Amino acid sequence: MLHGLTLAGALAGVAALVAIVYKVFHLAHPAFSRFGLHFVVARTWDPVHKHFGALAFVYGTAISSLIALVIATPLAIAIALYLSELAPRGARGIIGSLVETLAAIPSVVLGLWGILVLGPFLAHHLEPWLHDKLGFIPIFGVPEATGTGLFTAGLILTIMIVPIIASISRELFLAVPSELEEGALALGTTRWEMVRGVILPATRSGIAAAVILGLGRALGEAIAVTQVIGGGTKIAKNIFGPSDTLASKIAASYQGAASGLEASSLLYLAALLLVIGLLANLTAQVIVRRFDPLRESR
Amino acid sequence: MSAVTPELSLRPAGRLRRRRVVNRMMEGFGTAAALLAVGVLVLVVVSVALRAAPAISWHFLTTPPALFGAPGGISSAIIGSGLIVGMATGMALPVGVLGAVYLTEFSNPRVAAVIQLCLDILNGMPTIVTGIFVYGLLVIGHVQSAFAGAFALAIVMLPLVARASQEVLLLVPQSLREASLALGVSRWRTTVGVVLPTTLGGILTGTVIAVARAAGETAPLLFTCSIFNPAVSTDVTHALPNIPVLIFTYSEQPDKALHEQAWAAALVLMAFVLVASLAARALLARSRRKLGQ
Repeated sequence: MLHGLTLAGALAGVAALVAIVYKVFHLAHPAFSRFGLHFVVARTWDPVHKHFGALAFVYGTAISSLIALVIATPLAIAIALYLSELAPRGARGIIGSLVETLAAIPSVVLGLWGILVLGPFLAHHLEPWLHDKLGFIPIFGVPEATGTGLFTAGLILTIMIVPIIASISRELFLAVPSELEEGALALGTTRWEMVRGVILPATRSGIAAAVILGLGRALGEAIAVTQVIGGGTKIAKNIFGPSDTLASKIAASYQGAASGLEASSLLYLAALLLVIGLLANLTAQVIVRRFDPLRESR
Repeated sequence: MSAVTPELSLRPAGRLRRRRVVNRMMEGFGTAAALLAVGVLVLVVVSVALRAAPAISWHFLTTPPALFGAPGGISSAIIGSGLIVGMATGMALPVGVLGAVYLTEFSNPRVAAVIQLCLDILNGMPTIVTGIFVYGLLVIGHVQSAFAGAFALAIVMLPLVARASQEVLLLVPQSLREASLALGVSRWRTTVGVVLPTTLGGILTGTVIAVARAAGETAPLLFTCSIFNPAVSTDVTHALPNIPVLIFTYSEQPDKALHEQAWAAALVLMAFVLVASLAARALLARSRRKLGQ
């Protein structure tokens, strides 16, 4: 009896996953049968003429996540190295839990802070400066006065994924056998050379999995991004301009769409997001399970 | 003869000097990155607290949102959030614990690996997609309801509860199970009477973490429980006001007074979430010690 009950509990997770995939695809079906796969590469989102395409949102998702990954990865690895190798024993636990607490801040609160504090700061200080110095590169265009846009969204996502990547990486670094580390130090390497020659190569695949998990989170974040990205249906080169991601476009239209076709196109966006999210997670989990040598030896 | 200059200097030069400089720079970068992360946390917490200060009061916590004119409060949203998260916990906790018991006590490794993979992927699922799923399942053709919101949050909580329970179940010494089985106690009585009681602390911790996460989730509620009457209500068959959606909608408005309300609501939410996660951390340390880890 208990056996059956527990089995049902375990299968609930599987059932939820299967049901989500089935239901979301089912919901997206009307738009899919109308636009087909061409939807993914069509650039227009025009509710008036009922032409819908996802490319602008796929672009927004890719760029905002890319900004977040580029900034977050080195920072998170540095934090993990600090926590596992450098920090004084007493400070380790405290700083470690503070960094993890950063991940506990609800995304809607972070988004509120992003739209009312970070955005205006960026618009008045950092973005004009970047535009001045690097304006010859088209992505650093003219800043928006409100500070909403892809760049702000990227920074908010950075704050959300740094703790994720850092805490996984720290666990990996702590699992590297200390004999290896001490051996390298005994050969006269500096601490950084030991990190580069021993720790990073031993944990490479694990770090990749951590980064992909962070990417999965960044791709799928809807609320905070909706708050700070400004909204737009065009592909803009300027990263300081308003845009939308798949998730933020869906979230922004929660109060209803004008036409049935627009609603089902939004659901098509959700199906795309589902596929992208599944792929990212599956990749990360496969790497964790298959290629992590440290996990095998434990 | 000129004086002999010492050829060996104890000061590092050339390559060694460069290596040490690089090392110093990298150590400095690590320290700076950690301080930056802590700094951002402090900055967010302090700026939320400062901006919330003018609006937060007893009145704010005990009156429902005003439709027009005089600033109202968030009492109905606190009650709504409590009900929604409570119902979600009621759904996710038993299912998650049962699933974890199956994975650690009964299943064969192959099956366990597949189920585990599904739970991990469910955990990484964009929560807005979960919201859309429940919207399609329970809202289309019906109305938004607190129950639908709770169901969506339960899906978000399930992998967290299951994973946390599984981790503590794995910490239970095998000898404890064997001792019970050797006394002729059946498998399920061993599980219920011996294994589960030792893991209560850990399961509680996992639940608290999941509750803290669910309390702040907005995306699953947007399509399931976002269009509501702001008055106090406990009718879970209709959409109930709740804190995350309130903050989200207020933050999208240009009105300064609503922003102030959003900050105050954010402070309430953040205080709850941070206290819950710190409490969970303390509980975790305690239950780990008890299990001798």
